[in-house]
Amino acid sequence: MTAEKAPERAGSSEVERSDLVTVTIDGVSTSVPKDTLVIRAAEQIGVQIPRFCDHPLLAPVGACRQCLVEVPDAGNGRGMPKPQASCTLQVAEGMVVETQATNAKADKAQQGVMELLLINHPLDCPVCDKGGECPLQNQALSNGRGESRFEGVKRTFPKPINISAQVLLDRERCVLCARCTRFSEQIAGDPFIALVERGALQQVGIYEKQPFESYFSGNTIQICPVGALTSADYRFRSRPFDLVSSPSVAEHDACGSAIRVDHRRGKVMRRLAGNDPEVNEEWITDKDRFAFHYARGDDRLTFPRVRDEETGELRPASWPEAFAVAARGLARAAAAGGVGVLPGGRLTAEDAYAYATFARVALGTNDVDFRARPHSREEAEFLAHEVVLSGLAGRGATYADLEGASTVVLAGLEPEEEAGTIFLRLRKAARKGTRVVAVAPFTTRGLAKLDGRLVRTAPGEEAAALAALRQDAQTTLDGTAVVLVGERLATSPGALSAALELARSTGARLAWVPRRAGDRGAVETGCLPTLLPGGRPVADAAARVDAAAEWGVGSLPETPGRDADAIVAAALSGDLAGLVVGGVDPDDTADPAAFRAALDAASYVVALELRETDVTRAADVVFPVAPVADKAGTFVTWEGRPRPFDVVLGDPGVLPDARVLAGVAEELGRPLGFRHTLEARARMEQMGAWDGERAAMSVHRPGPPLSAADRSAPSGSVRMRLATWKQMLDLGSMQDGEKHLRATARTPVALLPEAVARAMGGHVTITGDRGSIDLPVRAADLPEGVVWVPARSTGRGVLADLASPGSTVTVRGLP
Amino acid sequence: MTEQQARPIDPLTPVLSADWGEKRSWTLPVYETGGGYRAARRALAEMTPEQVVGEVKDSGLRGRGGAGFPTGMKWGFIPQDNPNPKYLVVNADESEPGTCKDTPLMMASPHLLVEGVILASYAIRAHHAFIYVRGEILQVVRRLQQAVREAYDAGHLGRDIHGSGYDLDVVVHAGAGAYICGEETALLDSLEGRRGQPRLRPPFPAVAGLYASPTVINNVESIASVPGIIRNGAEWFASMGTEKSKGHVLYSLSGHVTNPGQFEAPLGITLRELIDMAGGIREGHELKFWTPGGSSTPILTAEHLDVPLDYEAVGAAGSMLGTRALQVFDETTSVVRAVLRWTEFYKHESCGKCTPCREGTWWLVQTLKRLEAGQGEEGDIEKLVDLCDNILGRSFCALGDGATSPITSAVEHFREEFEAGMHTPAWELFPYRASTVFTPEVATA
Repeated sequence: MTAEKAPERAGSSEVERSDLVTVTIDGVSTSVPKDTLVIRAAEQIGVQIPRFCDHPLLAPVGACRQCLVEVPDAGNGRGMPKPQASCTLQVAEGMVVETQATNAKADKAQQGVMELLLINHPLDCPVCDKGGECPLQNQALSNGRGESRFEGVKRTFPKPINISAQVLLDRERCVLCARCTRFSEQIAGDPFIALVERGALQQVGIYEKQPFESYFSGNTIQICPVGALTSADYRFRSRPFDLVSSPSVAEHDACGSAIRVDHRRGKVMRRLAGNDPEVNEEWITDKDRFAFHYARGDDRLTFPRVRDEETGELRPASWPEAFAVAARGLARAAAAGGVGVLPGGRLTAEDAYAYATFARVALGTNDVDFRARPHSREEAEFLAHEVVLSGLAGRGATYADLEGASTVVLAGLEPEEEAGTIFLRLRKAARKGTRVVAVAPFTTRGLAKLDGRLVRTAPGEEAAALAALRQDAQTTLDGTAVVLVGERLATSPGALSAALELARSTGARLAWVPRRAGDRGAVETGCLPTLLPGGRPVADAAARVDAAAEWGVGSLPETPGRDADAIVAAALSGDLAGLVVGGVDPDDTADPAAFRAALDAASYVVALELRETDVTRAADVVFPVAPVADKAGTFVTWEGRPRPFDVVLGDPGVLPDARVLAGVAEELGRPLGFRHTLEARARMEQMGAWDGERAAMSVHRPGPPLSAADRSAPSGSVRMRLATWKQMLDLGSMQDGEKHLRATARTPVALLPEAVARAMGGHVTITGDRGSIDLPVRAADLPEGVVWVPARSTGRGVLADLASPGSTVTVRGLP
Repeated sequence: MTEQQARPIDPLTPVLSADWGEKRSWTLPVYETGGGYRAARRALAEMTPEQVVGEVKDSGLRGRGGAGFPTGMKWGFIPQDNPNPKYLVVNADESEPGTCKDTPLMMASPHLLVEGVILASYAIRAHHAFIYVRGEILQVVRRLQQAVREAYDAGHLGRDIHGSGYDLDVVVHAGAGAYICGEETALLDSLEGRRGQPRLRPPFPAVAGLYASPTVINNVESIASVPGIIRNGAEWFASMGTEKSKGHVLYSLSGHVTNPGQFEAPLGITLRELIDMAGGIREGHELKFWTPGGSSTPILTAEHLDVPLDYEAVGAAGSMLGTRALQVFDETTSVVRAVLRWTEFYKHESCGKCTPCREGTWWLVQTLKRLEAGQGEEGDIEKLVDLCDNILGRSFCALGDGATSPITSAVEHFREEFEAGMHTPAWELFPYRASTVFTPEVATA
């Protein structure tokens, strides 16, 4: 199956005729690409050979011996004397294979192995999580004997042991296929589990000093062909045959991983990786797998609320009342100075389109910006000029491009932490020879696992580093190279421009990798002050006319709007009277204190939220919105690939953002033209992409280097530049309620250059203009004068508690 | 006895064991007095690597570790256009029950092995050689380390050996006590610092062995035979032995013979001759069964006493020459008990990688234990044989195959003893004290 699939762009998709090998399996002749394993060739003719250790994405190992077949002719006229493991045997021209379907000896060999596998297996299927979906159970029935002849004593172990906070191991059930250990080593690069001991006492073990803290550990549970690995989260929760499975798309990052949501009686019980060779293959991150309880907490909003005019308290309201109240308030605010719209980055494309439409059509403003994080004007220009519409067929890059790339340059992006699926694909590529170069402050564990090269760069100096890569002795970019820029690069002046220049001058592909699932969709649907849906520049009159015609309105506001920072500033100063806020966490914004103050200063705030937050507490009208599982929609991946998904649970009591906005707009007397998600999608698709001139990009220069004044510090402390990014598992609100998952997060530490770390001792206090945080110290190969801290692993996070990224902080050792 | 008297010459051909009687035979001076290191000096000075390979090919030397693969041909498989370094690895992980030839060889003549290593490394153009020694035989490890040190000091190893321009470093590596590490690819994994488990082939070690580089793995005795071949010529070596099994080998007699020990003789000698030289079967007893090459080779009986002990004839008799570990058992021995002990060894040593060996040995031991205790059940023997059929040829490496050999051959030759296991404990049929060789008062009684 997988052998046939060639990358779309990186290489030919046609298998050369001469590379085909013809083999006869069970009397059926079939042609398969050379090097195909017999077990896969048999799948092509519909013969399923039983197997345990074999996995199409792992290197063959031939350990379980379940897939034995007879080979009467190896292609050279001679037969193989012994049954062969079809998972390690490659096809040869003229080879004749007989499987259990046609050969009694092969059948006996398989039955013999199956019987042996079961002698030490506890056969506790009735209480096993895997029972009902277990390859051992299924294949024991299809390829085993009805009764065991074993009458002896089984090997026993104490029942499950934790190999991490999340993953439990039942050694009695294990058939020692080594899929989990091979996945950890070959795919994730986290070989924290390994087989130990020998003989029948062989078992999966951990090194006590290095716990199994891998962001991808849940995949081992899914590929375990027996019930040996279970998750603390799902163990004993349900039986597979009670579950309804719905395909969906993961909402935790911009990777668009296919997932399967298993639910029962309106409740999600677990999530599994979907199989999408184009995107996530068969792997997902632990966050995608385990973090789904956030929508089930006590703080979940279940009905609309409006602020009572007499008591000043929020009180429950009906939907129609809330629509009407919100519309009245927003109309007043619009008249009093205007309303800014902050939809956040977690929306489906349809919901984002609704916000973009709501701002322009219902509120008559371009003051809309999805970027609930540090951002810049340069970034907005970059998105409008380069990113929008650079979808699958365009100049951007895809997963397949990463795999086929000669070199991948990472700037402002730490894939293992911020885009796990990209990380896994990069690791696959790196193992096949792709060179990874990271413009980053230090060698992260992820970069080490990619065997990558570090271009050591202090925050703020990314532009210079990227410019230098255009002519670099060690790295030459060609047409297959890919430059991946993370959203963090927005905080480094000139860096996005330099990345664009690097790509243009070398012919490399360029792609922007945001952190949130809705970010790219928000760009495409016009949730930017400078951009209308479909990449239409606000500044372009023709584009405005085009959009206005599609929306059925006379005209659209002509001047580009305020970006998110300017919206916050205008609300604070009173220039903007109202705010419509979607899923924005104040602590994610560039200046959390200012954001909170703006909420208080604005005369009218409408919040659309899933759970109670500081925004809903400050709002005048609060609309509960549907979590991803309760709505249909489309996430757009970092590649620009639309990933539509359907409703999983379908709770009729919750509405998606688009429906809420449509309700308010209708009360305002300016309907959006759609109410439901599918209508929004249809309108969006009808509006289509702008085929005119792209928005231009102005020249952006790098910021000044650190001055001497920046470096002066009180004695006993040092002034350093702050580098920071979020770790995959941290205090993010969508991981709330996941105690087992959070327990596998990396311990928060401050990273300092070797010499400083030594001088500072075990703990430091880091002080910035917003506060101080204490952290244990580790040394890293950072540039001089740079400290790194995790962005959201302590307190309310770095932006709220410390300083903005790239600014100067004071580091002092704690006694 | 009449046959032996008819022979014009002594059947023993001490080559490897020639020095064993010398005082301090393991030291460099003693070894050099007997002509030691002359072959290496001459080869480095006068012969090309190809000539060394050619000489070994011509000699007909076959691997002494059990499989009998032609040594010169194995060397010839090393791709010389491969840019990676080449390695020689000597398999000195002698661990099979009954096999005890390499240990005394390395104990008494470590320099013979070192000289062989120099010649073999030179032949395959390796500059690094490793001797992987079974960790339990600590004295041997020390002897080898001492010998390697002496060889370095004397200029036989190191940079520019004797002005030839050839460099060679030799590392003596002690294993950690796993039978599986005698399997050549498991040995490589272990040598690289991993857990010793057999590797998937291809790639074969000749192409991607140690550190994914071309590697030759040879048994101690094979390598130790090379200096003699270079010193005396291929013809001399080929003059010994039989048509397809040339040269001298060590036969290790153990068990119920009067004088157990090592007998170096040409391939093709018979067990009858060897037992005669060992002073016959333990007095008052007679041969019951024996292994030709360690516990992994199917057992043979008294009817096979005149089978020439070479690769072909033993194979034709339904067994394998293996390591020529001739374990001799007299009529006091319970076959069921002996087979159980061997099977327990395989269960203990199974690495766990593949199902048939890991689970099969676990099961076999339990069934055999019942038979030993006289608690066997109807159908146990058929089950035992069928189980062996489900392991033989199904396991990942030869360890699983080896575990079945003693069982299937024992059932074939002594089925009645297994049948007796349905009702009578083996210790009643064959009182165990009678078969022990360490209590003479019982043995002679």
